[in-house]
Amino acid sequence: MAVPKRKMSRSNTRARRSQWKTTAATLTTCPACKADKLSHTACPTCGTYKGRQYAQAVKPVFAG
Amino acid sequence: MPTPTKGPRLGGGPAHERLILANLSTALFEHGRITTTETKAKRLRPLAERLITFAKRGDLHARRRVLTVVRDKGVVHTLFTEIAPAMAERNGGYTRITRVGTRKGDNAPMAVIELITEPVSPKQAVVREAAKATEKAAKKPAKAKAAPVEDVVEDAPVEDAPAEDAPAAEAEEKKEA
Repeated sequence: MAVPKRKMSRSNTRARRSQWKTTAATLTTCPACKADKLSHTACPTCGTYKGRQYAQAVKPVFAG
Repeated sequence: MPTPTKGPRLGGGPAHERLILANLSTALFEHGRITTTETKAKRLRPLAERLITFAKRGDLHARRRVLTVVRDKGVVHTLFTEIAPAMAERNGGYTRITRVGTRKGDNAPMAVIELITEPVSPKQAVVREAAKATEKAAKKPAKAKAAPVEDVVEDAPVEDAPAEDAPAAEAEEKKEA
């Protein structure tokens, strides 16, 4: 099995990993509560989608 | 060559996949609305809708075919006696999938799959009403064939009138209700 001949330097590793980038999610405004939400998804704040209610979508708020 | 299954495979093998889908459909018909991952919901939808179509047929053969998937006789009974009559007006599209964000733990996209309980859209009802009205209007001149040809031409704009009135009248009824 082919194996690397040399150890890869931290610099090279980090140079490669510097290309691992993320992009911001495109958000829309919930028509019911005006909060930010992902499009085509029930609102995580109020749980509505096209006038219907989805309690499963609401993010639980933990005390403390 | 058989057509490949649409959507991703589930579970550890074909038997596991069948079990997952059977259990999901049983839960869906029992509760009417279930939360699951988006992938499972998407695989469940065609199966659940086929089972509802069997239920709408309603005979013993259809019931036995449903029982090969949904093993629970009580659930099959509710499917045939409650869900199927509720879906009588609807031509397919018995379920709805709504995305509800991601799961804490593995960040899996979750979805709610539910049986549609609302009546068939008012737009379709209006269209059907209009079609009936035009049919009626079309029958009237057919009866009055003895009348001169000129009269039929004059009748043409009148034919449209009941069709337009029907949706308006329906809209008023809805406002009252």
